[in-house]
Formats: sequence, structure tokens, C-alpha cells
Amino acid sequence: MLKEDLQPSLEQEAQEPLRQRSSLLTEAELADLDTYDALVIEHASKRFLKSGGRKWFRRSSEKQRKQRVVRAVDDVSLTIHRREILGVLGSNGSGKSTLIRLISTLLLPDVGSVKVFGHDVVREERMVQRLINRVSVEAAFFRKLSPMENLLYSARLYGISGAEAREQIRAILMRLGIKEDRIGQPLENMSRGMQQKVAIARAFLTAPILLLLDEPTTGLDPRSKQDVQVFVRQLRDTHDATILLTTHDMDEAEALCDRIAIIDGGRIVAQGTADALKCQVAEKLELDRTATLTEVFMAYTGRDWEAEEAEDSDEEDEE
Amino acid sequence: MIQARSLSDLRGALRSMGAEANKGYAFVERGWYFTKRYWAWEVVWLIYNVVNALAVTFISTAFQGTIHLTQEQLNHIILYLAIGTAIWSYVSVVFDGVTETVTIERWEGTIEYTFMAPVSRLVHMLGICVFSLLHGFVLTALQLIVLGMFFHIDLSGADWSAAIVILAIGSVSLIGLGIVSAILPMLFTERGAQMAYIIRAVLLLVSGVYYPISVLPGWMQQISKVSPATYLLDGLRGSIQNGKGLASLWSDIWPLLICGAISVPLGLFIFNRAERYAKRTGKLKRNG
Ligand SMILES: Nc1ncnc2c1ncn2[C@@H]1O[C@H](COP(=O)(O)OP(=O)(O)O)[C@@H](O)[C@H]1O
Ligand SMILES: [Mg+2]
Repeated sequence: MLKEDLQPSLEQEAQEPLRQRSSLLTEAELADLDTYDALVIEHASKRFLKSGGRKWFRRSSEKQRKQRVVRAVDDVSLTIHRREILGVLGSNGSGKSTLIRLISTLLLPDVGSVKVFGHDVVREERMVQRLINRVSVEAAFFRKLSPMENLLYSARLYGISGAEAREQIRAILMRLGIKEDRIGQPLENMSRGMQQKVAIARAFLTAPILLLLDEPTTGLDPRSKQDVQVFVRQLRDTHDATILLTTHDMDEAEALCDRIAIIDGGRIVAQGTADALKCQVAEKLELDRTATLTEVFMAYTGRDWEAEEAEDSDEEDEE
Repeated sequence: MIQARSLSDLRGALRSMGAEANKGYAFVERGWYFTKRYWAWEVVWLIYNVVNALAVTFISTAFQGTIHLTQEQLNHIILYLAIGTAIWSYVSVVFDGVTETVTIERWEGTIEYTFMAPVSRLVHMLGICVFSLLHGFVLTALQLIVLGMFFHIDLSGADWSAAIVILAIGSVSLIGLGIVSAILPMLFTERGAQMAYIIRAVLLLVSGVYYPISVLPGWMQQISKVSPATYLLDGLRGSIQNGKGLASLWSDIWPLLICGAISVPLGLFIFNRAERYAKRTGKLKRNG
């Protein structure tokens, strides 16, 4: 039903982002994009010091001090080709968001390099920022403001004029199934699913040539989840977008991604197409059928799914 | 040919200036949306400031009975306090406006999206400051109008052109101070906002808002010398109340000029350093 609703408007919209993109990038810059891979990460690492609150009696043995260092991203190398969707699969705390923050100039890598279309995220920060946008699990907005007001703010930050932005915001939001009368209402009254759609609209509005989706469907009800997945698939099919998508949903990864990388403890432990990974694991486990993606995940992360979740919630309590 | 080149260069430059202005305007517009959505707080803030100004000014009329002030002396004190409370409102709104935008962004988690956007910190801060200055100016004007309904406020002797110059120069210093204090909530969400309040409270104490700084203990007077609000208040009282021209206000102008020239670039420099520090240590993240 939704698909049919979306289809006709999609045809007209197909041209829009391209038009808009050329207003953000010069022609020379656009032509230049073809000579590079969308994303090249080489041996990037990021460690955090866990501050467990300063204690009066600090018995900081060597072991304890080591535990306070978290290797969130550990020697990661990845390449995404232009117009490809790469899925990064990992459980909670495996370093997916940290990886995305390194690409989106919100964290500086300790070592290694991250290049977006040939531009280094540290040395050419502004240029990279014009090429990317990101959707995070938490749809962060000014909650008292309306979707229109929030998105107008974002659009201007990327140099899109008010008039153009207003028109596009309305079009994108309606296409994502947000009713016209909600566009001017405060965001805090909207459901999680709707907020997440507005977050996706925010990213899409600036026509990023590399789109970073950090668990875009986590915590959404099945209906909203499907809407978002449909939209991502449409992006892949009709737009010139390269997408990095993180998830811990196996079906989602399989349905949306051209290639999958599995991250565990900050390290990329496997990558390839879903089929290739399944064959490898089937061989390894000596199955007489192809493995499921869940089995692939288990095989590479080497831990039980249930135990994993429990461990994560412990970790979060600590924070 | 060459002319055409330089013409298109010029057009390109103008276009990119327009784009930067549009980015800066994002912050002004956002401020206006906040004002609209939180209008009840604006009203509360205005009432609070007006009541505070009235309360303080009534103190002066209380003395008339006990120490027999002439009407002229009384009017002088009233005007002294009216200007003090008005400027203090202005200082507070500008200072808070700059720090609070960062605090709000920390709470909402939008700071990552703002810092991810291709906007220089200069344009970012200019946008926030332009809104804060306008906001402060309007609220202060409203406050003065209400105060004028209760007290006889005689502004006929004022040198307005001098007052405007002092206000403009002084505002630059306030912006610098605001930027420096906005660093606190960027690095430490809650603690930072708390520290920014303390800084503002100290400014109120030492800058001579309700009394001349000469009544302060010596060590406090030393602190008041580094507060730009001190010179702003002194300069505005001189021009509005005593009709002094710019020439005789030089002793207020040069400290404000120096303070503005130092605090804005220094504030931006420290802000950039703090931003890099936050990006190195993962301090921008709230959750997710
Ligand atoms: N800003 C930060 N400060 C301190 N520790 C962090 C920060 N961001 C992430 N971490 C830690 O790094 C690890 C990986 O986190 P994250 O990248 O958020 O994982 P994921 O997104 O896969 O759930 C976790 O142990 C987390 O606690
Ligand atoms: Mg995450």
C-alpha cells in the first residue's frame, strides 16, 4: 500500500536531489568524485578512557587500569565503492557508532586514516562534511520545534536557501508518510518511528553523496521499520547514493546490503557478500546446506546471541 | 577576457558570502523559533527582570523619607538604578543566549549534527551572537518602557550617539565572554552550565550594576577591572545620565576595545581547541 503511494511521487523526486547536489558541489568537484572510492578506511583505531568516577581509595592495579581503556574501533580497514550499500553487522558495543562517528568528523582517529571520496576527514574536514550526512539511532532534534523548523535549520547549515529548503522538506516528509498537519507541530509529540523518519529526511535533504545510517531501524515497530527499509531500498535503486548502514538485524542486512562486514570488539572479523559469507561458514561448519546469516554472525563473533545481549546491558549500567 | 574572469570570480565570491550568511542566519532563525515555542519563558523572564528592576528602584524611594533627598537627587538615583538594571538584563540575555544555545544542544543531542555540518565556528558563533544581541536589545527596551511607567526617568540630557557606540563596542566584549563560557557546557554538559551561572553571578557582584565599584573591598575591585560589564555600565551611565561625549568616555572605551579585540579571537581559538579535544576524547556524544 505504502509502496504504491510512494511510487508516483518518487518518479518526480528522482531528479530533485541531483539538482540540489549540484548546488552544494561545483561541477569540478562532482566530476572529481568518480576518480575515488566513496570511503577508504585504513588501519583506523579509536580508544576511549572509561572514567568510572574518581574514587577516594583507588587501588588501581595494572589490570584495572587496562580495563578502563576501551578499544572501540581497533585497526579497521574498509572500502566502500561508489553506489554500494555496505552493511556493518555487530552487536551492541561492538564499535559501529564509533566507526560512523570517525567518518562523520565527530571523532578524530587515534591512528590510521579515513578518506571520503579521497578527502581526509581530519585534514579536509569541511569538504568531507559537505559530502556526508548521518542518521543515528537516537533521533536528536530540538524537540519543542517542529519538523519543518528543525529541518530548515539543518538545510541552511548546508547552504540551502530557505525557499528551496521549505519546498523540499515538505516533499520529502510527505513522501516518507508524514502527514501535512504534523509538519508544523512540535516533534516531541511524535512517535519514535515518525521521529526517525524525520531524521532520515534531515539526512536526505542535504543530498549526501555518502549516507551513514547508524541502526536506522533499531527500536522501531515493524511497520515503521518496513517504511524505512523501503525508503533505503528506493535510495539505492533511484539515487546516486553510497550507503554505510549499521545494524544488528540479520534480515535487514541481507535485504538491503550489497556487501556485509561483521564487526566484533572493534575489529572487522569478516567481510563479503552475504552469499559468500554463508558459503564460507557452511564449509567451515561442514553443513550440507548454506548457512543462515545468523549462523555466519555466530561463527565469526564466536559468542551466543543471548549472552551477548545480557553482557551489553551490564555494560550500559556501569556507565 | 580577463575582465570576464574577474567578474565571475567576484560573482563566485559573492555567492559564497551569501551561502555563509545563509548558514549564519540558520542560528538566528532557530533562536527566533525557540523564542516562539518557549514564549511563556520569555514572558517569565521579562516579568522577573521588570520586577527586579522595580524592586531595586523602589529602594531608592524608600530612602527619601529617612535621609531627605531632594527630588533631583532622587531622580539621579532612580536613573542610576534604572540604567544599571537595564544593562544587567542586556548582559544576562546576551551572555546566556550564547552559552544556553550550546547547553540546549548538549541536552537534545543535536550538537553532533551541528558540528557535523560544513559551518565554520566563526559563522556559527556570529549567528548565535547576532540573535542574542537582538534578543537582549528587545527585552531590555521592553523593560525600560515598563519601568518608565512607574518612575520619572529623564533621559533628555543623554548623548545617544556616544551611548550607541559604547553599547556596540561593549557588545563585542560580551560576545567574546559568551563564547569562552559556551566552552564549558560543550565539554561538561551539566557541570558546565552550572559554572556558566557562577561566572555570571560574579559579574553581577563586581561590575557595579547597583552601586559604584568604589564601595567594593579592594580585592573585588581588582576583579571588576577585568569585567567588560564594568566599563559598559560606566560608559553608558556617563553618556545617558551625564550626557558625556565619546571624548570624555575614553577611559571606558579603550578597555572595551582591548577586551573585545582579545576575547573574541581568543574565545574562538579556545572553542576550536576545546572542540578538537572533545572530538579526540569522545566528549560530544551523549548516547547512541
Ligand atoms: N564517547 C565515548 N566515550 C567513552 N566510551 C565510548 C564512547 N563511545 C563509545 N564508547 C565505548 O566504545 C564501545 C563501542 O561503542 P559503540 O561504538 O557505541 O558501539 P555500537 O554502536 O556498536 O553499539 C563501547 O564499549 C562504548 O561504551
Ligand atoms: Mg551504536
